[in-house]
Amino acid sequence: MLEQILALLPQVIFDGFILGFVYAMVALGYTMVYGVLELINFAHSEIFMIGAVVGVEVFRYLAPQVESGFLLLLLALILGGVVAGITAILVERFAYRPLRKRGTTNRLVPLITAIGVSFILQDLVRLIEGLWHNEFFLRMRTVEDLEGSVSLFGGAIFAQTKSFTLMGVSILMLVGLTYLVNRTKLGVAIRAVAQDLHTASLMGIDPDRIISRTFLIGGSLGGVAGVLFALQYTTITPYVGFLPGIKAFTAAVLGGIGNIPGAMLGGLVLGQLENFFGTYLPILTNGNFGTEYKDVVAFLILIFILLVRPQGLLGQVVKEKV
Amino acid sequence: MRKIGLLVAGVAALGMALGQANVIKIATQSPLSGPQAALGEQIKLGAELAIEEAKAKFKALGFDLVLVPYDDQANPDVGVANANRIINDPDILGVVGHLNSGVAIPSSEVYARVNLVMVSPANTNPRVTDRRLPNVNRICGRDDVQGPVGAEYAFNNLKVKNVFVIHDKTAYGQGLAEEFRKRLEALGGKAVAFVGTEETSNFVPIINQIRAARPVPELIYFGGIYSQIGPFVKQLRERGLKTRLMGGDGLDSSEFVRLAGKENAAGTYYTTVAGPVSAFPKAKAVAQRFKQKYGKDMEGFGIYAYDSANVILAGLEAAIKAAGGKKPTREQVAQAVRQVKMEGLTGTIEFDDKGDNKKAKYFVMQVASTGNWADNKLIRVIEMAAPGSR
Repeated sequence: MLEQILALLPQVIFDGFILGFVYAMVALGYTMVYGVLELINFAHSEIFMIGAVVGVEVFRYLAPQVESGFLLLLLALILGGVVAGITAILVERFAYRPLRKRGTTNRLVPLITAIGVSFILQDLVRLIEGLWHNEFFLRMRTVEDLEGSVSLFGGAIFAQTKSFTLMGVSILMLVGLTYLVNRTKLGVAIRAVAQDLHTASLMGIDPDRIISRTFLIGGSLGGVAGVLFALQYTTITPYVGFLPGIKAFTAAVLGGIGNIPGAMLGGLVLGQLENFFGTYLPILTNGNFGTEYKDVVAFLILIFILLVRPQGLLGQVVKEKV
Repeated sequence: MRKIGLLVAGVAALGMALGQANVIKIATQSPLSGPQAALGEQIKLGAELAIEEAKAKFKALGFDLVLVPYDDQANPDVGVANANRIINDPDILGVVGHLNSGVAIPSSEVYARVNLVMVSPANTNPRVTDRRLPNVNRICGRDDVQGPVGAEYAFNNLKVKNVFVIHDKTAYGQGLAEEFRKRLEALGGKAVAFVGTEETSNFVPIINQIRAARPVPELIYFGGIYSQIGPFVKQLRERGLKTRLMGGDGLDSSEFVRLAGKENAAGTYYTTVAGPVSAFPKAKAVAQRFKQKYGKDMEGFGIYAYDSANVILAGLEAAIKAAGGKKPTREQVAQAVRQVKMEGLTGTIEFDDKGDNKKAKYFVMQVASTGNWADNKLIRVIEMAAPGSR
């Protein structure tokens, strides 16, 4: 048994990182919106799905025209990010802002709106894809450049080119986002609005604009994650966002919601946990618990971590705002 | 509850009185829109062809025969709503349908309220007939035979001993996989793992398990639907695993090739209950008429629907004769259908006391490398009796 586990371990860790980076990228969107508005934007998982669908469509239509797979991927990432970002802005403008303007103080109202928006987006995509291609299961087109694979460490790790791309892009995104939030004027404004919306508006910041941009950034990150997800796992449906969305949200909570490096760390931890138990549960339990229990075990561990450290791994105890 | 019953009876009685004396309608219910429409349309057209061809004969008996197609959208709610409309049309004396067991089971309970006969060309779940409803029959095979057929082929012909069994945790997929495992182990093979997954995108953990499994599996059996198996196979082959793959009739769709990729899907074995036209010598002429009339190729479910409609028509004819040339009641038709013994395109059709075909055919197929679903190779036809009810 131990021998079996050790033989697979490098591969499991590697695959766990890939999955973890996907969760991390999606978690960034949750954590940013929560940081600014204290709103759990469940529609974010559908923003992610829209990015994935755009990725599939870009590959479908441009693959015959564009020779280089990497250029094609770049186009898909940009378009997926832009479309998803715009959708996020529209969602904020038409679903959340009216509630905020009315001064709704009940936290449940925007939460339920978010769930409603997420259903609307799912069915909208289903409708469009149904009318356009009469397809429910969208398949990412295979492109040769991105299909290559290498064996590392004497065959211990099987790695695909696209996995490295996924990791590279997500690390770039984290670094870029950290820079943006900590070093730019927009970042200062976002942090100010997150600290206190009302006071920030007294200091010459237009909070609506900042919130809109927060959604744009979070949404585009989600869209880019969607494109990479589609590339990695190839089959996309209008409902594909739901599970990764829930897991990314969990990752954000695990890392300390509102905390950007925390979301990244939470995503990686969750990806590792899920992949580890997905692979090893049947071996560890001698076949009594199958892969289907991987989420149960991963979430049990999460609950345990949060019991010990309720503010999340990198979260700080929220200080009273003065 | 009693009030509703009275109301239904009242409406039915009123309907009976208003019904036209010389019109007999046969309904079909199958998905005509949505992702499964291609399969559902075959059921409608197959039944339509049979009814067109029988029109003259029934004219001579004094009845106009009409087909009324309903779209159940592969959705149980829609199927039940349609079923309620169907039982309120007193001229409808039989139903051909459905495609999905999940739709057929609740809908057939509605038909049972008025003893309206249903003959299914496609529902494989054991529960469809195990409820012993007097009006429910099917001419296709059952999942609790289909699984064992796959196991026997794998063990006896592919000479496979160690199988990695995966299922999708649904009544269909898990049931099929369990039946497969039971028979495989009875034959002396071994399921090196029995794993369920609802996952639709990331199959990496399972693929890693397959790599680590000892003894090395020579075959992977996946009880599930093409939409899950397609991406699974793609990721499996991308990771360089060449292990052979087998599944049930959930794989019997050209969508499987599209999702898995032609080169990855090639060589996959699957068992199915509705064979291709090439499996039935008698179906050739009918398939030509079908193609002429509708401009489409006749596929498995079209043939089974053609036979289903003919079974109903044979029962109807017998019931008309027994009623002295008058229009029979639904109950009389249902009883007569259960007694039918006829030679259809798919072979002898004769129902047992549950409504299962006494001997149904099961097919072992292999996916062609051309990517064209019609080119798939028919490897074996197995005829087997339905198990007694439990």
